[in-house]
This record gives sequence, structure tokens and C-alpha cells, in this order.
Amino acid sequence: MAISGMSWNSKDLISTEELTADEILTVFKTAQAFKKILSRRTAKTPALRGKTVVNLFFENSTRTRVAFEMAATKLSADVMSLDMKTSSTSKGETLRDTVENIRALAADIIVIRHSSPGSAAYIARVLDIPVLNAGDGAHEHPTQALLDCYTLHEKFGELQGLKIAILGDILYSRVARSNIWVMKKLGAEVTVVGPATLVPREFEKLGVTVSHDLRSALADKDAVMLLRIQHERQNASAFPSLNEYTKMFGLNKTRLSWLKKNAVIMHPGPINRGVEIDSELADSSQSVILDQVTNGLATRMAALYLCSGGKAESLVE
Amino acid sequence: MSEAIWIKNGRVIDPENDRDESGDLFIAEGKIVDRPSKASLERATQIDASGLVVCPGLVDLHVHFRVPGQTHKETILTGTQAAAAGGFTSVVCMPNTNPPADTAGTIQFIKDAVGREALVNVFPTGCITVGSNGERLSPTGSLRDAGVVAISDGGRCVQNNGLMRRAVEYAHMFGIPVIDHCQDYSLSADGVMNEGFISTKLGLRGSPTEAEDIMVSRNVILSAKTGARIHLQHITSKKAVDIIRRAKSRGVNITAEATPHHMSFSDKEISSFDTNFKMNPPLRSEADRAAILEALKDGSIDCIATGHAPHTDYEKDVEFDNAPFGVIGLETALSVTLEQLYHSKRLPLSDTLSLLTNRPSEVLQLKKGNLSLGTDGDVAILDPNLEWTPHSESFHSKSANSPWIGRPLKGKTVKTFVSGKLIYEDGRIL
Repeated sequence: MAISGMSWNSKDLISTEELTADEILTVFKTAQAFKKILSRRTAKTPALRGKTVVNLFFENSTRTRVAFEMAATKLSADVMSLDMKTSSTSKGETLRDTVENIRALAADIIVIRHSSPGSAAYIARVLDIPVLNAGDGAHEHPTQALLDCYTLHEKFGELQGLKIAILGDILYSRVARSNIWVMKKLGAEVTVVGPATLVPREFEKLGVTVSHDLRSALADKDAVMLLRIQHERQNASAFPSLNEYTKMFGLNKTRLSWLKKNAVIMHPGPINRGVEIDSELADSSQSVILDQVTNGLATRMAALYLCSGGKAESLVE
Repeated sequence: MSEAIWIKNGRVIDPENDRDESGDLFIAEGKIVDRPSKASLERATQIDASGLVVCPGLVDLHVHFRVPGQTHKETILTGTQAAAAGGFTSVVCMPNTNPPADTAGTIQFIKDAVGREALVNVFPTGCITVGSNGERLSPTGSLRDAGVVAISDGGRCVQNNGLMRRAVEYAHMFGIPVIDHCQDYSLSADGVMNEGFISTKLGLRGSPTEAEDIMVSRNVILSAKTGARIHLQHITSKKAVDIIRRAKSRGVNITAEATPHHMSFSDKEISSFDTNFKMNPPLRSEADRAAILEALKDGSIDCIATGHAPHTDYEKDVEFDNAPFGVIGLETALSVTLEQLYHSKRLPLSDTLSLLTNRPSEVLQLKKGNLSLGTDGDVAILDPNLEWTPHSESFHSKSANSPWIGRPLKGKTVKTFVSGKLIYEDGRIL
């Protein structure tokens, strides 16, 4: 794939749908530069010194919130994380009023996680400061997809021509949606697989193959991305039981052998050991689950840096 | 009121009486009359309608005027001002108020407000079930005596088929039609938009057309069994249209309406998460939209109704999931209908106006929407080619939750008369 230099023009990172391949590769390059910095003894840069990053989490998160906190800290920003479930929203304040108040307290960058699709885009329209989407309902989770694909980019050199299966709860997954956009834009072939009730045919229109047959879906793939079964989003039971799910769609040793020999196992976490993945596979040499977490830090540094006007060129010598 | 009005040189269109000709229309003592004597003509107020269309005041079977209980969204005054500005002279208001209109007392409260404030004819409806909870029948006979023209659980759908059967049987005894918002809750669940590719892409929870189709089928079956008139609100689905078309060919006593927004938009509009495109039933696919237009053309759907559902800006200015369902429609319905049916050459002008005049009137036997001699002088004068663009300040409604803000439209009401009284002229309520 031709790379025409560095590009990033947005103050916000709301979705991967709206990113160009060029912008995605810019994030990768920037993440790579930060990864180098992180490997130094004093793993910190002054890039965002004097700025305040506010994490607004209207939904539970440990991994993403901590990764954003770490990323902001490593960039020398001041960082504040607010658990919005216990805050003014429970007193009836609207989202607009909440974020306008936080803006008035001199926040420079907002990172938001919210259960409602479109809420990050809504806040980005309301505010004149950078807004980063850390997950809006089942819509998008752009930094997760960027770190996932950066991990694949590291392992395989490029995504062009890679065959990737995404397995599990696709319907309720913002991770799947954001990954599909990035993977397609970088030239990968994507198959989404899982029970018919969680993998609707409509996904075909996003340019992916929809499958309910695990064997053919995994055959010859370079990577399998497992998604957690999200109990909290399933208002109606989409399959009979977790036990049945594991029997039909859980990844085990036999099923792993259907993939290419050097295929990698990915999972955005948190994993349910023994449900979507056999415990030993999560710790196997083919698993890149912890690489994803490490890359998550560098990728979020890249996202914060680019959205606040940082130039990729000034990091990459 | 005793003054005569002489509307001259317009194109008079009265679909009920098959009239479509250049000519004059006369109103005296508040009623449509034949050419009066020369003496009274000399004293008449003359209105030049050359180049304009003179037609019956429009009839809307589906508005929410929020009285009692939600007057921050709309009142009888502002709602009827919006009606007048849109050319509507008769509206049927839904009973999903606070409290719901499930007793004769609440109907009387609404009628009192109408008596004080209304600029146009307002016909109330009462609830099918107590509190619109879908559990016990409301006192339909008392509601009829209090003056309702139909019963409906306005915005809600009776889920219990046995109860719905009793409701239509019971109301049929009084000659009162049952109006239903067709939606199976187990299928629509907590959906906030149409289930399809767009909802899949956006991660918004979808409500499938089958939620409508199944309840339309249920109502067809109950109407066929009981002979009772059931009116199906805001039909949006291609399959539902097919069910209605076949039921009508068998003579089942059902009628149906469609809204201007379902005629105009598909769920693609929601890609920007604009809450002015959030309504229930939701905007459907392009194929569904095409089927609605076809059904209006061939008569499978009887009429156009706005579903005028006012909500304040601060209620709509929230996350898509949290915004209330509904859009206003009274002030744009005529323009949009002309655009979708007449200017697009799907129907001649008279047939297009019929969907907003005599045909809705027939559904509930309102005896409105025509220019027959001796009827009330409810008249709209329209300029079918006037181009305008609504903006948030354009509306007479108390709310401005319109999906047409910023979109150029063609065709507009220029004058509205109720019982021979000019109440609206060129953008102003008189």
C-alpha cells in the first residue's frame, strides 16, 4: 500500500469510519515513535505539558480508562478521571450541560465513554476542544481498533491481504465495528462469525463475510479476534446459555488448528476464560493479548497527541 | 360572521364533490353557499385567489396537543395556530396526555380548553384502556357521550389480543372507531430506530418492521371477525401495506394513514444522529418508503396524517438514545405532500389534496374536508408553487422539532378560514 506521508487534520477521534488509510498509518507511525520513547529509561515526553485531559466515563471501564490516564501522564498532561455514573447526570443534568461545565473548568481534551451511540460525536459538536471517543454504546471504539490493527501491523508488516476472523458477539460490539472499518481500509479480508442472533447478515454490507460455521470461518486465517460475550448489553437472550456458546463457538485447541500455523489470537479484554477462549490458549505463544494492551498505551498517546495538534513528523526523525 | 366572503378567480378543488375548476367560492353566515344575491355580493369581502388553489380546510387525524399536562411542549392555542398556518381546519388529538384522556372529566377539560383557545376545529379522542396501560377497558360509552370521535391508546399499542378484541367489539356497539398504533413490544423492544443496515452500522438498537406487520395483521383479523372499524396509524412498512391491500380487497373494515415524514425520509437520515429524525414508528428503508407512496397512490392507505408530536429543544438536544420520539408536522405537511405526490407527478393535484381533506374526514366520519353547500366555511387557499425553507423560528407551534428545518419546500398555505373567518394570512395568525 502506498503511503503518502503524514496526515491528521481532525481535532477529534470519534470513529474509524471517517478515517482514511493515510490517517490510520499516521497513527501507527506516531504510536511506533511513542513506543520507542516508552522503552527509554525516562519514559515520558513533554508533548502535552500544561494541558488537562479529562476522562468522562459514563460506563464501566478499567483497561481503557487506565490506558488513557497512563497515556496522558506519559505525555506530561494533567489528567482527571470522572466516574460519571455517580455524578451530576444522576441528578438529572443533561450531557450537554455536564460537558459544558467541564469545559468551563478549563479542560483541554475530553475522553468520553458513554452507553449511547453517537454521544461522542454529539459532544464533539458541542465543544471546541478535542474529543476522543473511548466507546459509544455499540457504535465505535476507535482507539481499540487502532491498537488492534497496529498490533497486527507490527506482527505481519502490513494488513494488506491478511485474512482475519472476528468471532463472537458482533451485533453488540463497538470493537468489531471499529475494527472492520480499519481492517477494510488497510486491505484485509474480514470474516465475522458467531451465532446468527449475534451476527446479522446486515454486516455483509460493510464488506465482510458473515458466517455461522466456525470451521470454514477459521480455515486459513492469519488472525482470530475474539470478542467477549457482553452480558450487560444483551437485553434478550441471544443464545441458550454460556455453556452452549462455548460448545458451539468457544476457541479451543482443535479449533485453533484450523487457522494458519502462525496465526495470532487477539482479544480486546476483559476475557472470560473458559467461555469464549480456553484458558491455556489465552496464555499461549500465539496469543498477542498482552501486546495489545501495551500497544494500547502507545496508540492512545498517539491519538491524544495528534488530536491536540501534534505533528507526527516532529516525533519521527 | 354575518359578512359574506367572495373568493374570486381561484382554482377551486373539492375532491369529495369532484370539483376542479376555475371559479369562485362564497361563504355567508360562516357556511359555504351558492352565488348569493347581487346585493349581498356588493357588501361581500372580496379575496383575489387568481393563480391560487381554493380547497377545503385540511383535516389531520393525528396530532398531539399535550393538553392536559405537557403544556411546555404545546397548548391548544399554539397547536391550533400551527394547524391554521399549515392550512388545517380540523384536527383529531390523541389522548396520551397527562393524565391520559380516559375519563369523561378529562375530555371535558380538553373541550373547555378548546372552547377558550382553539382557532380550528379540535376533535378529541379517548383512551382504549385505563391509563393507556393495556389492562382494563376505559369507559368507552361515557367517553363517547363526552364527545370523543374515536378511542386510541395514542402512542401505545394494546398488546393483549383478547383485550383488543373486547375493545373493538365494545366500541363498535357505539359506532366508535378504534385507532391503533401498531407495534408488538416484544419485537420492537428498546429499539430507537429501524432495524436494518443503518442501525447495524451505527450500533443503535433496531426495531424491525415485523413489530408493525404483526399488529397490522392482528387488527385485520379482529376487524374481519367483529366488523368493527379499526384505523391503523402511521403505516411505515412494505409488508404492512401488502397486508392492508389484501384485507381491503376482501372488504375488511380497516383504514390506514401515512405520515409526511415516512413519505419523505428513510433511516439513512439518522447517520448524523439528528434527534429530529427520531420517531416511533421509525423511518424505514427506501423500499418501505416507496411502498408507502405507492399505497397512497392506489388508495391502500386512505389518508395522510402528521402525527404532530411537539417536544422542546432541550428535550431533543440530548443523546439519540435518550431523546423522545416524535416530530412536529402540521406546518410542513401540505408542502411535503405536494412535493412527494403532486410535484413528483405521482398524483394529480385534486387526488393529492383528497388525501388531506375528504378522505381523512371519511375515516372518522367527521363531515369535514369538503366544500358542499351548507357546510362550515372551512377553507384553505394555497399556492402550490410557493418556495420556502423552514427554519427553527418559522413555526407557530410551541416546539420546533422538525426534520425539515433548512430544507427547501414547494407549496404553502396562504390563507386559512374557519367557519368563514380568516384566521391565517401570509405567515401571520390573525
